Amino acid sequence: MSTPILEARRISKYFYDPVKIKILKDISISIDKGEFVSVIGKSGCGKSTLLYILSTMDTDFEGDLLIDGVSMTMKKEAQLAAVRNKKIGFVFQFHYLLHEYTVLGNVMLPALKLNKYSKEEIESRAIEKLKILGIAHLANKRSNRISGGEKQRVAIARALINDPHIIMCDEPTGNLDKTNSALVFDIFMQLTKEFNQTLLVVTHDNNFAAATDRIIEMEDGCIIRQ
Amino acid sequence: MNSKLLLNVTGSLLLARMRQSIVAAAGVTFGIAMFITMQSFMTGLNKLLDGLVINRTPHIRLYNEVKPNDHQPVNESQKYKGSYNFIRSLKASNVRLSIYNSGYIMEAIKKDDRVAGVTPRITARAFFNNGVVDINGVINGIDADQESSLFHFTDYIVGGKVADLNNISNSIILGKALAETMLVSIDDVIQVITADGNRYPLKVVGFFQSGIRDIDKVQSFATIATTQKILGRPGNYITDIEIKLKNMDAAPAMAREYKKRYHTDAEDIQTANAQYETGSNVRLVISYSVAFTLLLVAGFGIYNILNMMIYEKMDSIAILKATGFSGNDVKNIFIAISVSIGIAGGLPGLLFGYLLATGINQIPFQTEALPTLKTYPVNHNPVFYIVGILFALLTTYLAGLFPARKAGRVDPVDIIRGK
Ligand SMILES: Nc1ncnc2c1ncn2[C@@H]1O[C@H](COP(=O)(O)OP(=O)(O)O)[C@@H](O)[C@H]1O
Ligand SMILES: [Mg+2]
Repeated sequence: MSTPILEARRISKYFYDPVKIKILKDISISIDKGEFVSVIGKSGCGKSTLLYILSTMDTDFEGDLLIDGVSMTMKKEAQLAAVRNKKIGFVFQFHYLLHEYTVLGNVMLPALKLNKYSKEEIESRAIEKLKILGIAHLANKRSNRISGGEKQRVAIARALINDPHIIMCDEPTGNLDKTNSALVFDIFMQLTKEFNQTLLVVTHDNNFAAATDRIIEMEDGCIIRQ
Repeated sequence: MNSKLLLNVTGSLLLARMRQSIVAAAGVTFGIAMFITMQSFMTGLNKLLDGLVINRTPHIRLYNEVKPNDHQPVNESQKYKGSYNFIRSLKASNVRLSIYNSGYIMEAIKKDDRVAGVTPRITARAFFNNGVVDINGVINGIDADQESSLFHFTDYIVGGKVADLNNISNSIILGKALAETMLVSIDDVIQVITADGNRYPLKVVGFFQSGIRDIDKVQSFATIATTQKILGRPGNYITDIEIKLKNMDAAPAMAREYKKRYHTDAEDIQTANAQYETGSNVRLVISYSVAFTLLLVAGFGIYNILNMMIYEKMDSIAILKATGFSGNDVKNIFIAISVSIGIAGGLPGLLFGYLLATGINQIPFQTEALPTLKTYPVNHNPVFYIVGILFALLTTYLAGLFPARKAGRVDPVDIIRGK
């Protein structure tokens, strides 16, 4: 068996405000390449908190996190930033596009930071990603001049630009209407099927979850089914 | 992070806050322009005032001072050797004002490598008479050519010619104010009465104006030979030896050295004109503090704008960090924003400063006291421009540092969770 892309070993997390509470209790997960995993659970059960830890943005936890078999716990802030840049794509409930940039500029930004390809190559790769998402015609529009559904698709293109090992999503359809939600879901399906893309999606939409390869269900900071 | 990307992000954030950025840059422009203007003007004034005094003052002057003899008999006596002797009503002894062996001393000093030039001088008190009033004054016997080349004597002649001093025998150049009091004009003949009571007619061939009225009211100039003749002294009678050095700062040490070697009194320019140096320093301090204050204000402006920008761009900072920009990258972006404002404001500041200083230099400024001056003096020194731009960079860097560090420490989880 190949090494899992992402592995959480007995992760616990506390919040100290206003009193010390254990929000995540001994969570262990392992995700393999090409899996489409959804995380469900009641609001407040710790899904987002877990995702921030798995994404290396939150480093204040107990236990061990391995990405590609490499432990993240001893890494410095700048090293973790480099890991995220190269290996992890993000889609949040809010799109977080930079309004100063065009659609294309937003998609290119993480690749410019990675600095692996020339600017021209990055541009053509970005357009490729926009094509997959069916929004190539928006490439040169200012990012605040497009609709909410389009913005979320631009955010997905941005998550794809560096060909990450895994894309992590926190309620990616939470702000979208039915049609756009369905569209985003279809895109995720296409990504796993056609590109063997690994996906970890937090959602409270049970229909959405039901269609994924694997469901992780949480309750009160514990995994009750996976 | 590569610098192209840094500039890319910096530029887009600056463009997003165009108006505030321009206002902040204008603050820097104003500060730097004022700094350049003040420096140019103040050092222009300093140079002028230095010129008034320092250019025409010998760096070292050798003379014999009228003072009590250092060696009093009671101190020499064996009997009172161990005691502390008080002497009352001590009088100055009969000093020889003339410098002994002056020709030899001047030759020797001329050979010293550190010396730029030497010229003799005789100073003598006298009364000037034209009609009934006697006016107290001083006759300076000078070597007009040497005096001109070393101490810019010709610059201060406002009527007549210096050359006539040599060409016309028994001639004199009077201080402008002195001539005005005596109501004499060029080619008039005045009477000079020496301390010994000798009366001597001299022809006025020019007027001298130093810009310091107290000097112009009493001073007059004649050749060494004429002065010796008036005083009834022989051809080797010299009361002062004036020395100009290659390096003015060596004056105090060399004055001590000459004093010891030639057994005369020696006064250096620093001791003689301490108050002018103080004035120069005060003017410099003023111009630096004005610039500092203006830049401090500009710095606070930038600090504010950056804080505002960071607050508004929290989302952008969060996603940059989530997608792989490190805290240091984010910090550098905001420092670059601040320093860009510094450059964008500083360079026009240099230009405006130059234009303002040039403008001041065009304003007519004529005063009785300063005959050579037609407009306000300004000193265009390239050093001010280098210091100015460094100032702009330093203030904007410091103003940006704290907000930038804050931006670098933003926790993306806090921002993303809050949405
Ligand atoms: N910064 C914080 N300090 C204290 N408690 C927090 C903080 N952030 C979240 N929580 C609490 O942690 C719990 C889990 O939050 P979260 O992971 O966002 O839940 P979910 O995403 O599953 O809805 C919630 O009860 C929330 O109130
Ligand atoms: Mg959540």
